[in-house]
Amino acid sequence: MAKATITFEDINVTVTVPAGTRIIEVSEKVGSAITYGCREGDCGTCLMKVTEGWNHLSEPSVLEDKILRENMAGKHNRLACQAQVLGGKISVKPV
Amino acid sequence: MNAVTLESADGIPQAVALSERVHWIGALDPNLRTFDIILKTANGTSYNAYIIRGSEGVAIIDTVKEGFAEAFFARLESVADYAEIKVIVLNHLEPDHTGALPELMRRAPQAQLFISQKAQSMLKGLLKQDELSFTPVVTGDSVSLGDRTLQFLHTPYLHWPDTQCTYAPEETMLFSGDVFGCHFCDNRLYNDQVGDFRFSFEYYYAHIMRPFKEYVVRALELIEPLPLKLIAPTHGPILRDRPQRYIQRYRQLSSPALHSEISGHQKTLVIFYISSYGNTRRMAEAIYQGAMQVADVRVSLYDLEGGEVAPFVDLIEETDGLILGTPTINGDAVKPIWDLLSSLTVVNLKGKLGGVFGSYGWTGEGVRLVEDRLRGLKLRVPIPGLRVKLIPTDDEIIECKAFGLELAQELMGIREAKVINFADLT
Repeated sequence: MAKATITFEDINVTVTVPAGTRIIEVSEKVGSAITYGCREGDCGTCLMKVTEGWNHLSEPSVLEDKILRENMAGKHNRLACQAQVLGGKISVKPV
Repeated sequence: MNAVTLESADGIPQAVALSERVHWIGALDPNLRTFDIILKTANGTSYNAYIIRGSEGVAIIDTVKEGFAEAFFARLESVADYAEIKVIVLNHLEPDHTGALPELMRRAPQAQLFISQKAQSMLKGLLKQDELSFTPVVTGDSVSLGDRTLQFLHTPYLHWPDTQCTYAPEETMLFSGDVFGCHFCDNRLYNDQVGDFRFSFEYYYAHIMRPFKEYVVRALELIEPLPLKLIAPTHGPILRDRPQRYIQRYRQLSSPALHSEISGHQKTLVIFYISSYGNTRRMAEAIYQGAMQVADVRVSLYDLEGGEVAPFVDLIEETDGLILGTPTINGDAVKPIWDLLSSLTVVNLKGKLGGVFGSYGWTGEGVRLVEDRLRGLKLRVPIPGLRVKLIPTDDEIIECKAFGLELAQELMGIREAKVINFADLT
Protein backbone atom coordinates (compact mmCIF):
# COMPACT_ATOMS: atom_id res chain seq x y z
CA MET A 1 0.00 0.00 0.00
CA ALA A 2 1.23 3.51 -0.84
CA LYS A 3 2.74 5.31 2.11
CA ALA A 4 2.92 8.92 3.12
CA THR A 5 4.32 10.90 6.04
CA ILE A 6 2.54 13.58 8.03
CA THR A 7 4.57 15.88 10.24
CA PHE A 8 2.74 17.74 12.99
CA GLU A 9 4.94 20.78 13.36
CA ASP A 10 3.56 21.94 16.69
CA ILE A 11 4.79 18.80 18.47
CA ASN A 12 7.57 17.78 16.10
CA VAL A 13 6.13 14.33 15.45
CA THR A 14 6.14 12.57 12.07
CA VAL A 15 3.86 9.63 11.38
CA THR A 16 4.13 7.18 8.51
CA VAL A 17 0.60 6.43 7.30
CA PRO A 18 -1.13 4.45 4.53
CA ALA A 19 -2.48 6.54 1.64
CA GLY A 20 -6.09 7.47 2.24
CA THR A 21 -5.64 8.24 5.93
CA ARG A 22 -7.46 11.33 7.17
CA ILE A 23 -5.50 13.78 9.34
CA ILE A 24 -8.10 13.39 12.11
CA GLU A 25 -7.22 9.72 12.45
CA VAL A 26 -3.67 10.63 13.43
CA SER A 27 -3.51 14.07 14.98
CA GLU A 28 -5.36 13.33 18.19
CA LYS A 29 -3.46 10.14 18.83
CA VAL A 30 -0.13 11.94 18.68
CA GLY A 31 -1.45 14.93 20.65
CA SER A 32 -1.22 17.71 18.09
CA ALA A 33 -3.07 20.87 19.11
CA ILE A 34 -5.39 20.64 16.11
CA THR A 35 -8.75 20.46 17.84
CA TYR A 36 -12.06 19.14 16.60
CA GLY A 37 -15.68 20.13 16.93
CA CYS A 38 -18.30 18.33 14.86
CA ARG A 39 -15.79 15.97 13.15
CA GLU A 40 -17.87 15.95 10.00
CA GLY A 41 -16.73 19.00 8.09
CA ASP A 42 -19.46 21.36 9.16
CA CYS A 43 -18.13 23.61 11.95
CA GLY A 44 -14.63 24.69 10.88
CA THR A 45 -13.05 24.10 14.31
CA CYS A 46 -10.29 21.84 12.94
CA LEU A 47 -8.99 24.36 10.45
CA MET A 48 -5.24 23.73 10.04
CA LYS A 49 -2.38 25.19 8.06
CA VAL A 50 -0.68 22.91 5.54
CA THR A 51 2.91 24.13 5.43
CA GLU A 52 4.23 21.51 3.04
CA GLY A 53 2.76 19.08 0.53
CA TRP A 54 -0.70 20.59 0.21
CA ASN A 55 -1.01 19.06 -3.26
CA HIS A 56 -0.57 15.63 -1.62
CA LEU A 57 -3.94 16.01 0.08
CA SER A 58 -7.32 15.09 -1.39
CA GLU A 59 -9.16 17.97 -3.10
CA PRO A 60 -11.65 19.72 -0.78
CA SER A 61 -15.22 18.52 -1.24
CA VAL A 62 -17.94 21.04 -2.08
CA LEU A 63 -18.94 21.02 1.60
CA GLU A 64 -15.38 21.58 2.84
CA ASP A 65 -14.85 24.31 0.29
CA LYS A 66 -17.95 26.09 1.55
CA ILE A 67 -16.81 25.91 5.18
CA LEU A 68 -13.32 27.11 4.21
CA ARG A 69 -14.85 30.12 2.46
CA GLU A 70 -17.14 30.88 5.40
CA ASN A 71 -14.12 30.85 7.69
CA MET A 72 -12.19 33.11 5.32
CA ALA A 73 -9.49 30.44 5.16
CA GLY A 74 -6.25 30.98 3.27
CA LYS A 75 -5.17 28.98 0.24
CA HIS A 76 -3.25 26.38 2.25
CA ASN A 77 -5.75 25.95 5.05
CA ARG A 78 -7.77 22.76 5.25
CA LEU A 79 -10.13 20.99 7.61
CA ALA A 80 -8.25 18.23 9.40
CA CYS A 81 -11.38 16.08 9.69
CA GLN A 82 -11.81 16.06 5.90
CA ALA A 83 -8.36 16.14 4.31
CA GLN A 84 -7.06 12.75 3.23
CA VAL A 85 -3.40 12.01 2.67
CA LEU A 86 -2.69 10.74 -0.84
CA GLY A 87 1.07 10.20 -0.61
CA GLY A 88 4.38 11.99 -0.27
CA LYS A 89 5.42 14.29 2.53
CA ILE A 90 3.00 16.60 4.28
CA SER A 91 3.49 19.04 7.15
CA VAL A 92 0.65 20.61 9.09
CA LYS A 93 0.12 22.78 12.14
CA PRO A 94 -2.85 24.26 14.00
CA VAL A 95 -3.95 27.75 12.97
CA MET B 1 -36.24 60.83 35.18
CA ASN B 2 -39.70 59.87 34.02
CA ALA B 3 -41.01 56.36 34.51
CA VAL B 4 -41.15 54.23 31.37
CA THR B 5 -44.56 53.48 29.88
CA LEU B 6 -44.67 50.10 28.17
CA GLU B 7 -48.38 49.94 27.45
CA SER B 8 -51.14 52.33 26.44
CA ALA B 9 -54.00 53.08 28.82
CA ASP B 10 -56.05 50.28 27.20
CA GLY B 11 -53.25 47.74 27.68
CA ILE B 12 -51.73 47.67 24.19
CA PRO B 13 -47.93 47.34 24.21
CA GLN B 14 -46.22 50.56 23.15
CA ALA B 15 -42.71 51.23 21.91
CA VAL B 16 -40.39 53.11 24.26
CA ALA B 17 -38.36 55.98 22.84
CA LEU B 18 -34.60 55.80 23.50
CA SER B 19 -34.18 58.88 21.33
CA GLU B 20 -36.27 60.68 18.75
CA ARG B 21 -35.33 58.06 16.14
CA VAL B 22 -34.73 54.91 18.17
CA HIS B 23 -37.32 52.86 20.04
CA TRP B 24 -37.31 49.74 22.15
CA ILE B 25 -39.81 47.23 20.77
CA GLY B 26 -38.88 44.20 22.84
CA ALA B 27 -40.83 42.03 25.26
CA LEU B 28 -40.63 41.16 28.96
CA ASP B 29 -40.65 37.57 30.23
CA PRO B 30 -40.92 37.93 34.03
CA ASN B 31 -41.84 34.29 34.66
CA LEU B 32 -38.73 32.64 33.20
CA ARG B 33 -36.52 31.02 35.84
CA THR B 34 -34.17 28.84 33.81
CA PHE B 35 -32.66 29.95 30.54
CA ASP B 36 -31.06 27.52 28.06
CA ILE B 37 -30.93 24.84 30.79
CA ILE B 38 -27.72 26.29 32.25
CA LEU B 39 -28.71 29.73 33.53
CA LYS B 40 -30.92 30.77 36.42
CA THR B 41 -32.75 34.06 36.70
CA ALA B 42 -34.52 35.32 39.79
CA ASN B 43 -36.87 37.73 38.04
CA GLY B 44 -37.11 36.55 34.43
CA THR B 45 -35.54 38.16 31.38
CA SER B 46 -36.28 40.51 28.55
CA TYR B 47 -35.94 40.05 24.81
CA ASN B 48 -34.86 43.47 23.63
CA ALA B 49 -35.42 44.49 20.05
CA TYR B 50 -35.05 47.93 18.56
CA ILE B 51 -36.22 50.06 15.70
CA ILE B 52 -34.29 52.95 14.19
CA ARG B 53 -35.76 55.44 11.76
CA GLY B 54 -33.73 57.16 9.06
CA SER B 55 -34.86 59.65 6.40
CA GLU B 56 -34.95 56.81 3.84
CA GLY B 57 -36.39 53.94 5.79
CA VAL B 58 -36.63 52.02 9.00
CA ALA B 59 -34.45 49.24 10.39
CA ILE B 60 -35.42 46.56 12.89
CA ILE B 61 -32.56 45.32 15.01
CA ASP B 62 -33.20 41.82 16.37
CA THR B 63 -36.56 40.31 17.24
CA VAL B 64 -37.91 38.32 20.21
CA LYS B 65 -38.66 34.75 21.29
CA GLU B 66 -41.54 33.27 19.31
CA GLY B 67 -44.06 33.24 22.18
CA PHE B 68 -43.53 36.97 22.72
CA ALA B 69 -44.05 38.03 19.13
CA GLU B 70 -47.43 39.59 19.80
CA ALA B 71 -45.99 42.30 22.11
CA PHE B 72 -43.08 42.85 19.70
CA PHE B 73 -45.36 43.43 16.71
CA ALA B 74 -47.71 45.64 18.72
CA ARG B 75 -44.79 47.83 19.80
CA LEU B 76 -43.43 47.91 16.26
CA GLU B 77 -46.82 48.92 14.89
CA SER B 78 -47.03 51.75 17.45
CA VAL B 79 -44.15 53.55 15.72
CA ALA B 80 -43.87 52.26 12.13
CA ASP B 81 -45.68 50.60 9.24
CA TYR B 82 -44.35 47.33 7.89
CA ALA B 83 -44.00 48.89 4.43
CA GLU B 84 -41.42 51.32 5.85
CA ILE B 85 -39.07 48.56 6.96
CA LYS B 86 -36.05 48.60 4.70
CA VAL B 87 -33.58 46.66 6.82
CA ILE B 88 -33.66 43.81 9.35
CA VAL B 89 -30.44 43.26 11.29
CA LEU B 90 -29.86 40.05 13.21
CA ASN B 91 -26.98 40.45 15.62
CA HIS B 92 -27.41 36.89 16.90
CA LEU B 93 -29.50 34.02 15.56
CA GLU B 94 -30.38 32.22 18.78
CA PRO B 95 -34.15 31.50 18.79
CA ASP B 96 -34.83 33.94 21.64
CA HIS B 97 -33.93 36.71 19.19
CA THR B 98 -35.14 35.22 15.92
CA GLY B 99 -38.42 33.65 17.02
CA ALA B 100 -40.47 36.43 15.45
CA LEU B 101 -38.31 36.66 12.32
CA PRO B 102 -40.34 34.44 9.94
CA GLU B 103 -43.51 36.38 10.69
CA LEU B 104 -41.66 39.71 10.42
CA MET B 105 -40.31 38.67 7.01
CA ARG B 106 -43.81 37.70 5.96
CA ARG B 107 -45.18 41.09 7.01
CA ALA B 108 -42.24 43.07 5.55
CA PRO B 109 -41.16 41.03 2.50
CA GLN B 110 -39.31 44.00 0.99
CA ALA B 111 -36.87 44.25 3.92
CA GLN B 112 -33.28 43.28 3.36
CA LEU B 113 -31.79 40.93 5.96
CA PHE B 114 -28.27 41.69 7.30
CA ILE B 115 -26.42 38.93 9.15
CA SER B 116 -22.79 38.13 9.94
CA GLN B 117 -20.69 35.94 7.65
CA LYS B 118 -20.83 33.07 10.10
CA ALA B 119 -24.58 33.31 10.53
CA GLN B 120 -25.33 32.14 7.00
CA SER B 121 -25.52 28.40 7.58
CA MET B 122 -27.27 28.93 10.92
CA LEU B 123 -29.97 31.04 9.30
CA LYS B 124 -30.71 28.23 6.89
CA GLY B 125 -30.78 25.78 9.80
CA LEU B 126 -33.22 27.99 11.66
CA LEU B 127 -35.60 28.98 8.91
CA LYS B 128 -35.46 25.77 6.87
CA GLN B 129 -35.91 27.72 3.67
CA ASP B 130 -33.71 27.14 0.64
CA GLU B 131 -34.53 30.38 -1.14
CA LEU B 132 -33.39 32.96 1.34
CA SER B 133 -32.16 36.39 0.46
CA PHE B 134 -29.73 38.02 2.88
CA THR B 135 -26.58 40.12 2.95
CA PRO B 136 -23.62 38.77 4.96
CA VAL B 137 -21.58 41.59 6.53
CA VAL B 138 -18.24 42.08 8.30
CA THR B 139 -16.51 44.90 10.17
CA GLY B 140 -16.40 47.95 7.91
CA ASP B 141 -19.67 47.19 6.16
CA SER B 142 -22.59 49.53 6.72
CA VAL B 143 -26.08 50.22 5.49
CA SER B 144 -27.59 53.67 5.05
CA LEU B 145 -31.08 54.66 6.16
CA GLY B 146 -30.57 58.16 4.75
CA ASP B 147 -29.65 60.38 7.69
CA ARG B 148 -28.98 57.37 9.92
CA THR B 149 -26.38 54.67 9.32
CA LEU B 150 -25.81 51.21 10.72
CA GLN B 151 -22.23 50.02 10.91
CA PHE B 152 -21.44 46.37 11.57
CA LEU B 153 -18.79 45.04 13.93
CA HIS B 154 -17.62 41.46 13.49
CA THR B 155 -17.58 40.10 17.06
CA PRO B 156 -17.72 36.31 16.70
CA TYR B 157 -18.14 33.89 19.62
CA LEU B 158 -19.89 36.36 21.89
CA HIS B 159 -21.35 33.87 22.55
CA TRP B 160 -22.07 32.01 19.28
CA PRO B 161 -19.97 31.95 16.12
CA ASP B 162 -22.49 34.22 14.40
CA THR B 163 -22.64 37.10 16.89
CA GLN B 164 -22.08 40.67 15.75
CA CYS B 165 -22.73 44.18 17.05
CA THR B 166 -24.35 47.07 15.18
CA TYR B 167 -23.36 50.69 15.76
CA ALA B 168 -25.46 53.72 14.89
CA PRO B 169 -22.91 56.58 14.67
CA GLU B 170 -25.40 59.45 14.39
CA GLU B 171 -27.09 58.20 17.56
CA THR B 172 -23.83 57.06 19.21
CA MET B 173 -25.69 53.90 20.20
CA LEU B 174 -24.38 50.34 20.15
CA PHE B 175 -26.81 47.50 19.55
CA SER B 176 -24.64 44.87 21.15
CA GLY B 177 -26.62 41.64 20.90
CA ASP B 178 -26.01 39.45 23.95
CA VAL B 179 -22.80 41.33 24.79
CA PHE B 180 -23.29 43.49 27.92
CA GLY B 181 -26.64 41.80 28.46
CA CYS B 182 -28.05 39.84 31.39
CA HIS B 183 -31.15 37.87 32.28
CA PHE B 184 -32.99 40.47 34.30
CA CYS B 185 -36.55 41.62 33.87
CA ASP B 186 -37.63 45.06 35.00
CA ASN B 187 -40.21 47.23 33.32
CA ARG B 188 -38.21 50.35 34.17
CA LEU B 189 -35.83 49.27 31.35
CA TYR B 190 -32.88 51.60 31.99
CA ASN B 191 -29.83 50.79 34.09
CA ASP B 192 -30.29 53.94 36.17
CA GLN B 193 -33.89 53.04 37.02
CA VAL B 194 -34.12 49.24 37.39
CA GLY B 195 -33.41 47.26 40.57
CA ASP B 196 -29.86 46.26 41.43
CA PHE B 197 -28.86 44.02 38.53
CA ARG B 198 -25.09 43.91 39.06
CA PHE B 199 -25.12 40.27 40.21
CA SER B 200 -27.04 39.34 37.12
CA PHE B 201 -24.59 41.15 34.82
CA GLU B 202 -21.63 39.36 36.43
CA TYR B 203 -23.39 35.97 36.40
CA TYR B 204 -24.25 36.32 32.73
CA TYR B 205 -20.66 37.13 31.82
CA ALA B 206 -19.37 34.20 33.92
CA HIS B 207 -21.59 31.66 32.19
CA ILE B 208 -22.00 33.05 28.69
CA MET B 209 -18.94 35.10 27.79
CA ARG B 210 -16.17 33.65 29.97
CA PRO B 211 -15.40 30.67 27.69
CA PHE B 212 -14.66 33.19 24.93
CA LYS B 213 -12.45 35.68 26.77
CA GLU B 214 -9.98 36.02 23.93
CA TYR B 215 -12.84 36.93 21.58
CA VAL B 216 -14.23 39.37 24.16
CA VAL B 217 -10.87 41.15 24.16
CA ARG B 218 -10.87 41.32 20.35
CA ALA B 219 -14.42 42.69 20.36
CA LEU B 220 -13.50 45.30 22.97
CA GLU B 221 -10.77 46.58 20.63
CA LEU B 222 -13.57 47.43 18.20
CA ILE B 223 -16.04 48.73 20.79
CA GLU B 224 -13.83 50.77 23.13
CA PRO B 225 -12.98 53.53 20.63
CA LEU B 226 -16.64 54.20 19.79
CA PRO B 227 -18.28 57.36 21.12
CA LEU B 228 -21.24 55.96 23.06
CA LYS B 229 -24.17 57.46 24.86
CA LEU B 230 -26.05 54.18 25.17
CA ILE B 231 -25.59 50.42 24.85
CA ALA B 232 -28.69 48.50 23.82
CA PRO B 233 -28.22 44.77 24.52
CA THR B 234 -30.71 42.03 23.69
CA HIS B 235 -31.32 41.04 27.33
CA GLY B 236 -31.65 43.05 30.50
CA PRO B 237 -31.33 46.76 31.21
CA ILE B 238 -30.53 49.29 28.52
CA LEU B 239 -27.26 50.89 29.55
CA ARG B 240 -27.64 54.64 29.16
CA ASP B 241 -26.05 55.79 32.41
CA ARG B 242 -22.27 55.68 31.98
CA PRO B 243 -22.24 52.85 29.44
CA GLN B 244 -18.44 52.89 29.39
CA ARG B 245 -18.43 51.35 32.86
CA TYR B 246 -19.85 48.12 31.46
CA ILE B 247 -17.24 48.02 28.74
CA GLN B 248 -14.54 48.55 31.36
CA ARG B 249 -16.04 45.76 33.46
CA TYR B 250 -15.87 43.38 30.48
CA ARG B 251 -12.23 44.36 30.07
CA GLN B 252 -11.58 43.56 33.74
CA LEU B 253 -13.47 40.27 33.62
CA SER B 254 -11.52 39.20 30.55
CA SER B 255 -8.16 39.87 32.21
CA PRO B 256 -6.60 37.60 34.85
CA ALA B 257 -7.84 38.56 38.35
CA LEU B 258 -4.42 38.33 39.96
CA HIS B 259 -1.55 38.37 37.54
CA SER B 260 0.48 35.20 37.61
CA GLU B 261 4.01 35.65 38.85
CA ILE B 262 5.55 33.62 36.09
CA SER B 263 7.57 35.42 33.48
CA GLY B 264 7.02 35.27 29.76
CA HIS B 265 9.34 32.39 28.98
CA GLN B 266 7.94 30.17 31.74
CA LYS B 267 4.99 27.81 31.53
CA THR B 268 2.68 26.43 34.17
CA LEU B 269 1.72 22.81 34.74
CA VAL B 270 -0.91 21.85 37.31
CA ILE B 271 -1.25 18.29 38.59
CA PHE B 272 -4.51 17.36 40.31
CA TYR B 273 -4.98 13.96 41.88
CA ILE B 274 -7.37 12.12 44.11
CA SER B 275 -6.41 8.94 45.88
CA SER B 276 -8.16 6.41 48.12
CA TYR B 277 -5.21 4.34 49.40
CA GLY B 278 -2.32 6.67 48.53
CA ASN B 279 -1.24 4.87 45.34
CA THR B 280 -2.43 7.50 42.87
CA ARG B 281 -0.97 10.11 45.25
CA ARG B 282 2.44 8.38 45.11
CA MET B 283 2.25 8.44 41.34
CA ALA B 284 1.33 12.14 41.44
CA GLU B 285 4.32 12.98 43.61
CA ALA B 286 6.71 11.12 41.28
CA ILE B 287 5.21 12.83 38.20
CA TYR B 288 5.63 16.15 40.01
CA GLN B 289 9.29 15.40 40.70
CA GLY B 290 9.84 14.40 37.08
CA ALA B 291 8.23 17.56 35.73
CA MET B 292 10.23 19.72 38.16
CA GLN B 293 13.44 18.67 36.39
CA VAL B 294 12.56 20.76 33.36
CA ALA B 295 13.68 24.38 33.56
CA ASP B 296 11.10 27.14 33.30
CA VAL B 297 8.12 24.91 34.06
CA ARG B 298 6.26 26.09 37.16
CA VAL B 299 4.67 22.90 38.49
CA SER B 300 1.84 22.77 41.06
CA LEU B 301 0.54 19.65 42.79
CA TYR B 302 -2.94 19.62 44.36
CA ASP B 303 -5.19 17.08 46.01
CA LEU B 304 -8.71 17.48 44.59
CA GLU B 305 -10.14 16.44 47.94
CA GLY B 306 -8.72 19.58 49.52
CA GLY B 307 -10.62 22.18 47.54
CA GLU B 308 -13.82 23.35 45.93
CA VAL B 309 -14.31 23.03 42.19
CA ALA B 310 -14.67 26.76 41.32
CA PRO B 311 -11.16 27.95 42.34
CA PHE B 312 -9.67 24.93 40.61
CA VAL B 313 -11.52 25.91 37.44
CA ASP B 314 -9.92 29.38 37.77
CA LEU B 315 -6.48 27.73 38.04
CA ILE B 316 -7.08 25.50 35.05
CA GLU B 317 -8.24 28.43 32.95
CA GLU B 318 -4.82 30.02 33.21
CA THR B 319 -2.54 26.99 33.26
CA ASP B 320 -0.63 25.81 30.18
CA GLY B 321 -0.74 22.13 31.09
CA LEU B 322 -3.10 19.98 33.14
CA ILE B 323 -2.39 16.50 34.47
CA LEU B 324 -5.14 14.56 36.23
CA GLY B 325 -4.69 11.53 38.46
CA THR B 326 -7.64 9.28 39.21
CA PRO B 327 -8.04 5.79 40.59
CA THR B 328 -10.47 3.49 38.81
CA ILE B 329 -13.40 2.40 40.95
CA ASN B 330 -16.07 0.12 39.49
CA GLY B 331 -14.72 0.64 35.99
CA ASP B 332 -14.81 4.43 36.03
CA ALA B 333 -12.86 7.48 37.11
CA VAL B 334 -14.13 8.83 40.42
CA LYS B 335 -16.86 11.43 40.85
CA PRO B 336 -14.70 14.38 42.03
CA ILE B 337 -12.75 14.11 38.76
CA TRP B 338 -15.94 14.11 36.70
CA ASP B 339 -17.32 16.98 38.78
CA LEU B 340 -14.23 19.00 37.90
CA LEU B 341 -14.34 17.98 34.24
CA SER B 342 -18.03 18.81 33.89
CA SER B 343 -17.34 22.29 35.29
CA LEU B 344 -14.76 23.23 32.68
CA THR B 345 -17.10 24.25 29.88
CA VAL B 346 -17.04 27.83 31.21
CA VAL B 347 -13.35 28.22 30.36
CA ASN B 348 -11.37 27.93 27.17
CA LEU B 349 -9.08 24.89 27.19
CA LYS B 350 -8.30 24.70 23.50
CA GLY B 351 -4.77 23.55 22.82
CA LYS B 352 -3.66 23.18 26.44
CA LEU B 353 -1.50 20.17 27.20
CA GLY B 354 -3.24 17.29 29.00
CA GLY B 355 -2.14 14.08 30.66
CA VAL B 356 -3.79 11.42 32.82
CA PHE B 357 -2.56 8.79 35.25
CA GLY B 358 -3.89 6.58 38.01
CA SER B 359 -3.67 3.43 40.05
CA TYR B 360 -6.26 0.70 39.66
CA GLY B 361 -7.26 -2.64 41.15
CA TRP B 362 -8.27 -4.88 38.28
CA THR B 363 -9.39 -3.09 35.10
CA GLY B 364 -8.21 0.55 35.07
CA GLU B 365 -10.67 2.12 32.62
CA GLY B 366 -10.67 5.47 34.46
CA VAL B 367 -7.50 6.81 32.86
CA ARG B 368 -8.66 6.17 29.28
CA LEU B 369 -12.07 7.66 29.94
CA VAL B 370 -10.54 10.85 31.32
CA GLU B 371 -8.11 11.05 28.39
CA ASP B 372 -11.06 10.91 26.00
CA ARG B 373 -12.82 13.60 27.98
CA LEU B 374 -9.76 15.87 27.85
CA ARG B 375 -9.64 15.45 24.07
CA GLY B 376 -13.33 16.24 23.95
CA LEU B 377 -12.56 19.44 25.84
CA LYS B 378 -10.03 20.26 23.08
CA LEU B 379 -6.88 19.65 25.07
CA ARG B 380 -4.08 17.80 23.34
CA VAL B 381 -3.03 14.59 25.00
CA PRO B 382 0.25 13.59 23.35
CA ILE B 383 1.45 10.94 25.78
CA PRO B 384 -0.73 7.91 26.50
CA GLY B 385 -2.04 7.81 30.06
CA LEU B 386 0.00 6.03 32.70
CA ARG B 387 -1.65 3.27 34.71
CA VAL B 388 -0.24 1.30 37.63
CA LYS B 389 -1.84 -1.76 39.15
CA LEU B 390 -2.37 -1.08 42.88
CA ILE B 391 0.85 -0.10 44.67
CA PRO B 392 3.54 1.39 42.40
CA THR B 393 6.85 -0.48 42.45
CA ASP B 394 10.20 1.34 42.42
CA ASP B 395 10.40 0.79 38.66
CA GLU B 396 6.90 2.16 38.19
CA ILE B 397 7.80 5.23 40.24
CA ILE B 398 10.69 5.77 37.81
CA GLU B 399 8.18 5.46 34.96
CA CYS B 400 6.02 8.08 36.65
CA LYS B 401 8.97 10.47 36.89
CA ALA B 402 9.72 9.92 33.20
CA PHE B 403 6.04 10.59 32.39
CA GLY B 404 6.19 13.91 34.25
CA LEU B 405 9.51 14.80 32.66
CA GLU B 406 8.25 14.06 29.16
CA LEU B 407 5.03 16.02 29.62
CA ALA B 408 7.01 19.01 30.95
CA GLN B 409 9.40 18.77 27.99
CA GLU B 410 6.43 18.63 25.64
CA LEU B 411 5.04 21.72 27.32
CA MET B 412 8.27 23.60 26.71
CA GLY B 413 8.55 22.32 23.13
CA ILE B 414 11.83 20.51 23.83
CA ARG B 415 10.65 16.91 23.54
CA GLU B 416 12.71 15.09 20.95
CA ALA B 417 11.40 14.84 17.39
CA LYS B 418 9.67 11.52 16.90
CA VAL B 419 8.90 9.32 13.92
CA ILE B 420 6.04 6.92 14.52
CA ASN B 421 4.41 4.26 12.38
CA PHE B 422 0.64 4.63 12.10
CA ALA B 423 0.15 0.99 13.06
CA ASP B 424 1.96 1.62 16.37
CA LEU B 425 -0.44 4.35 17.43
CA THR B 426 -2.92 3.22 20.02
